[in-house]
Amino acid sequence: MKKSRVIQLLGLILIGVLVGLGYSQRATTDASESITAVGSTALQPLVEAAGEQYSSEHTGIFINVQGGGSGTGLSQIQSGAVAIGNSDVFAEEQSGINASKLKDHQVAVVGIAPIINKKTGVTNLTSQQLKAIFTGKVNNWQAVGGHNLPIVLINRAQGSGTRKTFESYALNGQKSADSQEQDSSGLARSIVASTPGAISYVAFSYLDTSVTALKVNGVRPTKANVKTNRWHIWSYEHLYTSLQPDPLTKKFINYILSAAVQEKLVKQLGYISVHDMHVQRSATGKITTVK
Amino acid sequence: MDKIRASLLKKSIASKIERRGKIISLTCLALIILVVFLIFYFVASRGLATFFQNHINFWQFLSGTQWNPGTTGTNGQPAVGALPMIVGSFLITILSALVATPFAIGTAVFMTEISPRRGAQILRPVTELLVGIPSVVYGFIGLQVVVPFVRNTFGGSGYGILSGTFVLFVMILPTVTSMSADALNAVPRYYREASLALGATRWQTIYKVVLRAAIPGMLTAIVFGMARAFGEALAVQMVIGNATLLPQNLVSPASTLTSILTMGIGNTVMGSLQNNALWSLAMILLLMSLVFNMVIRYIGRKGKLNNER
Repeated sequence: MKKSRVIQLLGLILIGVLVGLGYSQRATTDASESITAVGSTALQPLVEAAGEQYSSEHTGIFINVQGGGSGTGLSQIQSGAVAIGNSDVFAEEQSGINASKLKDHQVAVVGIAPIINKKTGVTNLTSQQLKAIFTGKVNNWQAVGGHNLPIVLINRAQGSGTRKTFESYALNGQKSADSQEQDSSGLARSIVASTPGAISYVAFSYLDTSVTALKVNGVRPTKANVKTNRWHIWSYEHLYTSLQPDPLTKKFINYILSAAVQEKLVKQLGYISVHDMHVQRSATGKITTVK
Repeated sequence: MDKIRASLLKKSIASKIERRGKIISLTCLALIILVVFLIFYFVASRGLATFFQNHINFWQFLSGTQWNPGTTGTNGQPAVGALPMIVGSFLITILSALVATPFAIGTAVFMTEISPRRGAQILRPVTELLVGIPSVVYGFIGLQVVVPFVRNTFGGSGYGILSGTFVLFVMILPTVTSMSADALNAVPRYYREASLALGATRWQTIYKVVLRAAIPGMLTAIVFGMARAFGEALAVQMVIGNATLLPQNLVSPASTLTSILTMGIGNTVMGSLQNNALWSLAMILLLMSLVFNMVIRYIGRKGKLNNER
């Protein structure tokens, strides 16, 4: 009986201490001291790395980064649940989002390249051929100068930012035919690498020697070609905030746009800095040259 | 006198403790019921919005074959036909249960009737180990081993119902096996003794007495396995190909309700048609698991009556 009383007392004390600790922690990580960014998994590594670097330079400030997809990011920022919504697509392109209530901050550029299985025998396609393949008009590699192999289309999930970009700029806005879908770039690449005749598309940072990155109209998918828009298939990475972001959010976004992050982190992680772009693209796809 | 009277009328410590325990357990129960109710309410409110807010015809949703909620289909309505996913889910569930059942019952008979000692020492721990393997591991093995095997043996790209069936077969096997073994163990000993005393051989006893008596329990086991197969998302998603097309054959890419749900939910905006349509899929999943549950209860009740007769 006495022993159990002691244990009960200890338990109570423990709970008290934990509650106290929790409360004191809560006081230091006040809303004004931490920001949450949610959304695109393609942008997540950059924001995470920049956030860590930022917190180490400014003690007591925490940048909380979560994935969930571009759609989640945009809907969370629209509902005001988070400070920053990460997205691969323009808010104007996402249905259910009122873009005029959001402020767009373009922090990086991502190039996207079509990839095919190595045993296909093709290294270059015209944009017409690419369109024919993804709309299902051509279903054997022989028709585009390759080996006699059926074409296996592998798309990203419907609504994925990479897929939207690919459909807008590689297929000129045409929808891809119904086909296999995968929900991550890594999986799409490994499936293309192991499936004969497979074709898909991934961001430049996912390109490696296990697959062949296709040239389109003879243009190689390189960062240099993206900067001049000779390679058309690229998209901005956006951080969306409310029209009047709080001071900390503003500071953090300025930090990401600063030369320190753009010259180092952005390049290390395989993105293209917005500062290096020779062209600018609007939400409707209009290209203007930057002086 | 009064003292005794008072002590008799006052609640004893034991009864107070009992009362307290009752309240605690009742609160826990109420909380769980509340959670279940809220989940149902939430899924239904989102899932039904497709039909009431977005005015999608319910039959078109069930029978349509085009799935691309962001665009309009050939009939001018948003393309939200869930038939490919529904067919995919049911096909893969039924096929994997069909493949797994003979193996599971064979193993269970061996474990309980033929070699109970080895069964308890080796087979049971092994099957229980299979339950503990995370589904992503099954999916990865499926992707690296099963898909190339299916591609080289049966043709096609390797992604499809058949690969999914193989992966799910391994996943539900332990569940069905251990539950069947429990059902066989529950058959009273005197059934076997009576049968043997009548001159039946061991095989005759197993086949004509023990298996017959354990049918309700084994059916429950199979339905349990099917419920697990129906709800499995990750492992299936990795090997089925996730194409929202009606399966032409067992090696053409297909999709299930769960695979489309997990892939799409992060890319849609809460409250939009795309999102509501996904919730409708979730509602179908929830209703199906309810059906599976009811079937299990029904079989259980029937089985009890049979044994008592």
